[in-house]
Amino acid sequence: MIGRPIKTRVVAGTPKVAGFNPYGKNEGENFEETIFLLYEEYEALRLCDYENDNQTKAAEAMKVSRPTFTRIYMRARHKIAKAFVEGHSIHIEGGKVSYDNAWYKCNKCNSIFNNPKKENGPIRCPLCNSLDIDQCRNEGGTIK
Amino acid sequence: MKIAISSKTNSIESSVDPRFGRCPFFAIYDTGSTKLEFLTNPGREAQGGAGPIATSFVANQKAEKVFSGAFGAKINSLFDELKIQMIVVTTETTIKDIIEKLKK
Repeated sequence: MIGRPIKTRVVAGTPKVAGFNPYGKNEGENFEETIFLLYEEYEALRLCDYENDNQTKAAEAMKVSRPTFTRIYMRARHKIAKAFVEGHSIHIEGGKVSYDNAWYKCNKCNSIFNNPKKENGPIRCPLCNSLDIDQCRNEGGTIK
Repeated sequence: MKIAISSKTNSIESSVDPRFGRCPFFAIYDTGSTKLEFLTNPGREAQGGAGPIATSFVANQKAEKVFSGAFGAKINSLFDELKIQMIVVTTETTIKDIIEKLKK
């Protein structure tokens, strides 16, 4: 029997750096092991610890169930703790992710737009500056 | 900030062209200096890949927002990577309408 395939996790973007290296190692000690932090784990940390979202909200943003989110988040914390304690470098790569390119619709001037800079806070219509915005449910393809 | 609008003709009264890749003209408007210029779209008569040609042309004009009637499937991911905002407006909208609204 084959397991159920992993659901794609939606992430807002890629991290600014590809990873982190420890410094100040003692001579002769060998810390060559690398910890691979997946994109989805990075995103879970970003949502929970940086944006201070609760796990339910973060799970919705990544389009996975709340228990799945908790498992991703736990793995992320475990990996980072391991890297800190044992002095390994962290590489952020891999994972089954897709990028969030949500579209929004302005109810005032009927224009549809996206938010590629991932600005946080209230989204305003780029044309008429109105705050009456709904998120579109278009999934890929041509937007009309 | 510069914006690009796909345009049917090279006049300010012109309405927005419903196609991004194959529109005849791009109106490039600078919100800082309020300068408006019309440039021919190099992708207009391309055999194929008009969308990517138009995309790189607009990106080279340093536009941060693009307005059009519709964007093709290939263009979506390109603009996303370039962090350029796409805005789909109704085709009755004229270039003038957009500029007036942006001034407010």
